[in-house]
Amino acid sequence: MDPVTTNKLFPRLAKVLALCASMPLAAPVAADVNVYSYRQSYLIDPMFEAFTEQTGIKVNTVFAKKGLIERLVNEGNNSPADLLITSDIGRVLQGVEAGVTQPIESDKLNDTIPANFRDANNHWFGISARARLIVVAKDRVTEDELTSYADLASPALKGRICTRSGKHDYMVALIASQLAHNGEEATTTWLSNLKTNLARKPQGNDRAQIKAIAQGECDVAVVNSYYMGVMLSDPEQAPAAQTVRIVFPDQGGNGTHMNVSGVSMTKSAPNKMDALMLMEFLVSEEAQALYAEVNHEYPVRTDMKASNMVAAWGDFDYDSLSMSDIAAQRALASKLVDRVGYDN
Amino acid sequence: MPPNGHSQASWLIELDTTTDPKRISTHVAWGGGLSFGDDPAGYEPAPQTGIRRGISGWSIFAVTLAAVVCLPLISVLILALNPSENIWPHLLDTVLTNYIINTLLLMLGVGIGTTLLGVSTAWLITHFEFPARSYLKWLLLLPFAVPAYVIAYVYTDLLEYAGPVQSTLRSVFGWKLASEYYFPAIRTLPGAIIMMVLVLYPYVYLLARSAFVEQSASVLEAARALGANRSARFYKVALPMARPAIMVGIALVLMETLNDYGTVDYFAVSTLSVGLYDVWLSMNNLGGGAQIASLCLLFVIVLIGIEKISRRNQQNYQHSASRFRVTKRVRLQGAKAFWAFLLCGLPVLLGFVVPAIVLAKYAVIYFDVSWDENFRRTAINSVMLSAVAALCAVSIGVFLSYAKRLHPTRWMQSSISIASLGYAVPGAVLAIGVMIPFAAVDNRVDALAREWFGFSTGLLLSGTLFALVFAYTVRFLAVAYGSIDASMKKISPSMDDAARSLGKSHSNILFRIHLPLMRGGVITAALVVFVDCMKELPATLVLRPFNFETLATQVYQYASDELIGESALYALLIVLVGLVPVIMLSNTIDRAGDVEPKP
Repeated sequence: MDPVTTNKLFPRLAKVLALCASMPLAAPVAADVNVYSYRQSYLIDPMFEAFTEQTGIKVNTVFAKKGLIERLVNEGNNSPADLLITSDIGRVLQGVEAGVTQPIESDKLNDTIPANFRDANNHWFGISARARLIVVAKDRVTEDELTSYADLASPALKGRICTRSGKHDYMVALIASQLAHNGEEATTTWLSNLKTNLARKPQGNDRAQIKAIAQGECDVAVVNSYYMGVMLSDPEQAPAAQTVRIVFPDQGGNGTHMNVSGVSMTKSAPNKMDALMLMEFLVSEEAQALYAEVNHEYPVRTDMKASNMVAAWGDFDYDSLSMSDIAAQRALASKLVDRVGYDN
Repeated sequence: MPPNGHSQASWLIELDTTTDPKRISTHVAWGGGLSFGDDPAGYEPAPQTGIRRGISGWSIFAVTLAAVVCLPLISVLILALNPSENIWPHLLDTVLTNYIINTLLLMLGVGIGTTLLGVSTAWLITHFEFPARSYLKWLLLLPFAVPAYVIAYVYTDLLEYAGPVQSTLRSVFGWKLASEYYFPAIRTLPGAIIMMVLVLYPYVYLLARSAFVEQSASVLEAARALGANRSARFYKVALPMARPAIMVGIALVLMETLNDYGTVDYFAVSTLSVGLYDVWLSMNNLGGGAQIASLCLLFVIVLIGIEKISRRNQQNYQHSASRFRVTKRVRLQGAKAFWAFLLCGLPVLLGFVVPAIVLAKYAVIYFDVSWDENFRRTAINSVMLSAVAALCAVSIGVFLSYAKRLHPTRWMQSSISIASLGYAVPGAVLAIGVMIPFAAVDNRVDALAREWFGFSTGLLLSGTLFALVFAYTVRFLAVAYGSIDASMKKISPSMDDAARSLGKSHSNILFRIHLPLMRGGVITAALVVFVDCMKELPATLVLRPFNFETLATQVYQYASDELIGESALYALLIVLVGLVPVIMLSNTIDRAGDVEPKP
């Protein structure tokens, strides 16, 4: 910029500022439902679009994997958010603990959602579920070699198991459920034996574990059912997914552990009525069918089936222990992971 | 070890103060905010030149501004004082050693790798002539536009068992299972080091090159006349002279390495930043996480301190700007030319060409899935936001640098140094640090409005783009300020004096003399901040308004589920949009380097 153009500096700045003003500076609040979501937008947008189509109410979202509860806490009573959506009950419970949610009395929600998938005090409600499966190499593991999470610690599986990091939400939740059922001592032994059974240092996500079985790097992996669905419907990844057989663990025992996405109404929700309408819509047959078909998830409604592909994996009993009891063990579960050096 | 007998605390905040009257005179077109005591300056405004040490509107405003920029950092430190549980006994018993060893190894590996790659390529490009040199000169900057998390996904995809490389090997040699042959695992600590080196070396290259370019040929010729061979001239003359600039580059690289989460999480390398998020999210202890963030800050401060101390006894160099002569490049022949070409070509190939091709392939395959009718909107959001943030960071950088020139007081220097530390804090934590003061102000204003006027103002700043731009500014101010301050210091104080004697005001002088002279440094600063903002992810995610997407958030929503195909289109666009400033950046250095610089 030479000295002569200094006079033009301010018009230029004004132009830039005008452009900024054309961007959405403030959050839209009125007559919409505003959602803070720990789940990726592409997983929940189809349900929101259906809701908007049906009711004419727009849904605004912010998606982040970290910090949204802190945002709610700091924004306090003036927060524009109406709903908090998470991919795991542990996270939604952190919101409840932080005091940013409110209880909702809705017969529709209470009648539709099984009791262990919602909060006894009505602060949170489960809206969709994935099963924490064990998958095994079809050609290297026999039908009855492995039927429970406890079997993952069996010496016969030494050097044959792959999992993602023990610190991931889904692994922490699984370990927390073991803690809730079996106590600290038994779970520590179990986790440390599982650690010695690992074929490699925990890494990648669930999809990577399935690929590792296909490559012959390991024979057994613990994965979320959602990823099996996604891989089987992707032509590029289906061959890897077809090399594994699905085991629903703990049938006849505690039942298979579930990862449940939850929704909570914020304490300060400015659009309470509309937000409640959205909550109820999310467990409606229409939205639950979308969860099943688009996301390969299990509906929380007991009167609805999973998608054809997912249903073909078989019926199973899920762990009926309350999600709150499991989530209460999360911090300890995370510490156990450190103590046995699971990720080392 | 506090030098000069200062207390530990004052030593920490004095990193930026310049107490040594002799100064290394290497001209650096670009530098980080954490200058190391001997700022790369040819001229230093001295008190007797009419520049006053005292209090004025400039200094009050500058210190206030720096304090506002420090707010998020202060919030993080305050959070660290209130953990929900003392995590240290647990961490000490279990994983802390691991976190620290991994962090140190990662920093060591990335530091050494970027230094070797950045300095050697810069030296070759500056002093030798070989095939494609004039293209490689700017091609070497391209990997800067590739986010580290993207390159990590790309190489995992290429090099894993099912990827094209291993599949080809298997079909050529007839292997079937992974156990039949050895292939290095990519998702490891060495893998993470290589990924980060590939995208971070341009910081060092950029700084080393501008330093080499501005070294006068006469200095190297004098060394030659004294019998120094080529390697002695490099190790004993050129390298020590360029050291301050190179150190700034390495400091920026190491801060990026410390705050990286995407790559290390994906590669399952347990570093401090992984531990930080684990304590925060799995153990529900934000205060404990903030303590780990503070530990990271300490790492940076100690590193810079060590570097400063290690140079205390070193001789300083001086060359007279009036005798500056441009170095003539030596033409390399045969094998030497080939090796030079290879060394400079390889980082471009691995850091840019390969990822770009992989992304382009996926962008085509998954076009229907990832194409979004809001694509244009998203791209505009990214570009606008990054441009505004770059403008803010640069304006604040210019203002602080000029205010410091007018009033080089300790207060000023300390507050600016602390304001530059935002770069070392992991993005999501810094975002919480931004959120806290903003929401506090908003809620206070709202409460007052309710009390006095009976209506609610709601949240005026939180959840707006203003908060986002502020976060970017805080995060990248170090990058902008360094470049600007280095340029500012090259301007002789006699210019200020002459203009003052003609009755011009300080602001008039800034706009009509300094800004035009500092043009190169200012443009460089703006472009680097722009590219960094285009790639910024964690703070964008949590601070953005409703329904607001940038290219980086679009990449993330798929990439966080390892859907690399679906994220490719947006990743490719970040790289392409990043290209424009990278090329402009290169032209800026050339103008400073290939043409004889003005004294």
